[in-house]
Amino acid sequence: MTLTQAEKAAVIAIWAKVATQADAIGAESLERLFCSYPQTKTYFPHFDLSQGSAQLRGHGSKVMNAIGEAVKHIDDIRGALAKLSELHAYILRVDPVNFKLLSHCILCSVAARYPSDFTPEVHAAWDKFLSSVSSVLTEKYR
Amino acid sequence: MVHWSAEEKQLIASVWSKVNVEECGAEALARLLIVYPWTQRFFASFGNLSSPTAILGNPMVRAHGRKVLTSFGEAVKNLDNIKATYSKLSELHCEKLHVDPENFRLLGDILIIVLASHFARDFTPACQFAWQKLVSVVAHALARKYH
Repeated sequence: MTLTQAEKAAVIAIWAKVATQADAIGAESLERLFCSYPQTKTYFPHFDLSQGSAQLRGHGSKVMNAIGEAVKHIDDIRGALAKLSELHAYILRVDPVNFKLLSHCILCSVAARYPSDFTPEVHAAWDKFLSSVSSVLTEKYR
Repeated sequence: MVHWSAEEKQLIASVWSKVNVEECGAEALARLLIVYPWTQRFFASFGNLSSPTAILGNPMVRAHGRKVLTSFGEAVKNLDNIKATYSKLSELHCEKLHVDPENFRLLGDILIIVLASHFARDFTPACQFAWQKLVSVVAHALARKYH
């Protein structure tokens, strides 16, 4: 699945706005994830997952930074996330189904904060982009 | 039977009371067709679906979106009996419409995103949880009579 030029442009344009609140959006997305899909908490037994916790914010930032890297290197997401891909494959081994769940929660957070920017075309581009990122992160699993 | 806490019922009802069924329904169906273009396979008779603009403006899409979300309202009204509420519709979707139940899950998630964009900060994580549960129960009920 490759992104068209128009889709890449849509992703980059929204990222410029999202980046200004990346930490908050990251934390909110994780909060939505753990709330709607409690089974995802099984990957974080060592975390304080209460609302506003430092670990939640820290991890949300990590996730958004990685997405930012993918946006910056949108023509070579595989290259940009190669190390993260190995980390997920060999160390973290998060079941692939969870990437869809987190992507959905990120879309919810972005839609809630930027409703007028989150047009159907932008929604489609971002869904496809996050799907691409998820693919890259799981492609070394087996 | 699905158990709904008082809080979940309240969150669902409060959001639903502010939903413009016609607008929301139209938008949700349009987004489904735009974000997941393969879902257009069920709507060959709907005319022009060639671009996001065409889909958003398509009167058949709008009408059908409204129909779908109106039906969803039946679930909201009958939270304690969703299975029975959708029994006939489930048979219809299997025997006549031949819709893969995965599409119910896709549409449910799209609806959640539409609600998030309309209600913004009011669509809290707790709210989302209640609604994810609802769309999941509806999808399950619609798939239940498949054979």
